[in-house]
Amino acid sequence: MTMTRNLIALSLAAGVALAALPAAAQQAESPAPPKLSWSFSGPFGMYDQAQLQRGFKIYREVCSNCHSMDFLSFRNLADPGGPGFSEAQAAAIAAEYKIKDVDDKGQPIERAGRPADYFPAPFPNAAAAAAANGVAPPDMSTLAKARTYSRGFPWFIFDMFTQYQEQGPDYIHGILTGYEDPPKDFKLPEGGHYNKYFPGHNIAMPQPLQDGQVTYDDGSPQTLAQYSKDVAAFLMWAAEPKLEQRHRIGFQVMIFLIVLSGLLYFTKKKVWHEVEAPREAAHGQDPAKTTL
Amino acid sequence: MSGHSTYQPQNKVMQWLETRLPIGGLIHSSFVAYPTPRNLNYWWTFGGILSFMLGVQIITGIVLAMHYTAHVDLAFRSVEMIMRDVNYGWLLRYVHATGASMFFLAVYIHMFRGIYYGSYKAPREVLWILGVIIYLLMMATGFMGYVLVWGQMSFWAATVITNLFSALPGIGEAIVTWLWGGYAVGNPTLNRFFSLHYLLPFVIAGVVVLHVWALHVAGQNNPTGIEPKSDKDTVPFTPYATAKDSFAIAVFCILFAWFVFYIPGYLGHADNYIPANPAVTPAEIVPEWYYLPFYAILRSIPNKLLGVLALFSSIGILAFLPWLDTSRVRSARYRPLFKQFFWLWVIACIGLGYLGSKPPEGAYVLISRIFTAYYFGFFIIILPLLGIFEKTKPLPNSISDSVLKAKA
Repeated sequence: MTMTRNLIALSLAAGVALAALPAAAQQAESPAPPKLSWSFSGPFGMYDQAQLQRGFKIYREVCSNCHSMDFLSFRNLADPGGPGFSEAQAAAIAAEYKIKDVDDKGQPIERAGRPADYFPAPFPNAAAAAAANGVAPPDMSTLAKARTYSRGFPWFIFDMFTQYQEQGPDYIHGILTGYEDPPKDFKLPEGGHYNKYFPGHNIAMPQPLQDGQVTYDDGSPQTLAQYSKDVAAFLMWAAEPKLEQRHRIGFQVMIFLIVLSGLLYFTKKKVWHEVEAPREAAHGQDPAKTTL
Repeated sequence: MSGHSTYQPQNKVMQWLETRLPIGGLIHSSFVAYPTPRNLNYWWTFGGILSFMLGVQIITGIVLAMHYTAHVDLAFRSVEMIMRDVNYGWLLRYVHATGASMFFLAVYIHMFRGIYYGSYKAPREVLWILGVIIYLLMMATGFMGYVLVWGQMSFWAATVITNLFSALPGIGEAIVTWLWGGYAVGNPTLNRFFSLHYLLPFVIAGVVVLHVWALHVAGQNNPTGIEPKSDKDTVPFTPYATAKDSFAIAVFCILFAWFVFYIPGYLGHADNYIPANPAVTPAEIVPEWYYLPFYAILRSIPNKLLGVLALFSSIGILAFLPWLDTSRVRSARYRPLFKQFFWLWVIACIGLGYLGSKPPEGAYVLISRIFTAYYFGFFIIILPLLGIFEKTKPLPNSISDSVLKAKA
């Protein structure tokens, strides 16, 4: 017993030592962005169509001036589990874009967009994007899954059970609302902008959104906080367009597996009954002296 | 132990086949009549779980390969198109990516179980070594599969891991160039990784057949570590083991589905959703979680060559386990000291896993070194000495004796 107790004490000590480590290492890092509540979080989470439409408006009027979104096409706007535009609306949106193509004679032309076209990039290539912006702005197709922040021990373990999967949108919302004046002792390099939540605080992108910048038609508050949340939700959909289908099928699969496991458990119980509780024992005989 | 076949086909066609190719008898003696110790606990179901996972990975992988394009300019996009445009492509990909993690989780439990109950000891040395070979093949396959996504972490993991060989004196650089098929990780590298990633799972399946064959020759170990002595100690594989394994696989699938449907991003790294860019090094290069303990061992040693040697030895040493452990008692149940050192070793492995995800600086390095020393010390000092000095507990007379005692 002493040995077991020693062992438990040792492992506890090791655990505490490990847990204490990140505290020292994290001081230099950025603060964690606030955790927001998202309609798409949790096992039954679904996108808020109105929010995705507002987010798309911000993407279209602000973000898309510098950021590409290569993997999304106009038809995706009418896909189930998305912003909920009708096919006609998606086609109308596509028609407002100019798409580079070649005509029957092989001559380069610009034509109106069609639902099957992908969102055109604002710059012809990465070098042009970098020349215009200092740094090439990242593509937005997978951005909400490509950005995160360190959760640290022990939070990353709890995240497994709480299903926290929204680090990306939380981080994007944090960045969009995290612009502020640099502290006095912070030396901001030329062309940089101070952002509370950006690793190293020096971000190339100037503050993209201000209060009142984009007009909402549905009466939602036209504030930076609302804009940031809406565009982060939109980017989450852009990165994970099949989330609703995943949650729906996931629930069905879970129910199926739990029922199946239950049935298999009782099957196993029945099969093993003779081995685990020999009937000789029940009759007060010594099972070692009989055969199974 | 595999015994003679008692298979008597009733069906005329099967009788005809049996006299020409006794495959029915082979299956019957291996998976029906095969005697398994009656006292196996649920840790013994991970063999079945692993076979199931290998099947899942091969089936989802074959379908994914129908949609994937192994080219540096197209690979990342083709993966995203699988996620977006292929019917249930997101499901195939998340099952395959999460499945790799589940496969490793199961193999680690399987290995810990083997070590705890001394399943590697005579006459099961070959069985154990075949298992180590399967594990090595899994590591290579998993690594190459991760590279196929061609995100930032794919590219830089490929660069770091292949560069390990450059530490070898004299021939190192030439080996790395040969592995890459060029002077940097590029299109030839991606293509050969795809080819090998498709090939190796079938090699694994082949070694699994040998593993199961060796298992059926030596018979399964069991929690007491003593061999079955009579029919009372065993039950036939079907229905007993099949029923128990089926239940365990279903429960394991619940865990699997939790990750696939609710937290598919949890086990991956966000940087792998950024397309590979040879011009930009990520802030930190971290392998998948199942390689982290070995990554920590590599980085705990300041000399590159010694670090690489330590990395390979940490896996290679497992093959020598049957001879490093000098104790004649198999199961930790009757080895009070071994049991404690074993759990400390598990803590060291998990601790190294955590440290592998942390930057190699300050206290992290120091603790990595302590755990690395313990990891190797467990094999080359503790295990050989324990066999000599440890006072083991008395073994039960037979498996059925121990089962009945436990009930009384």
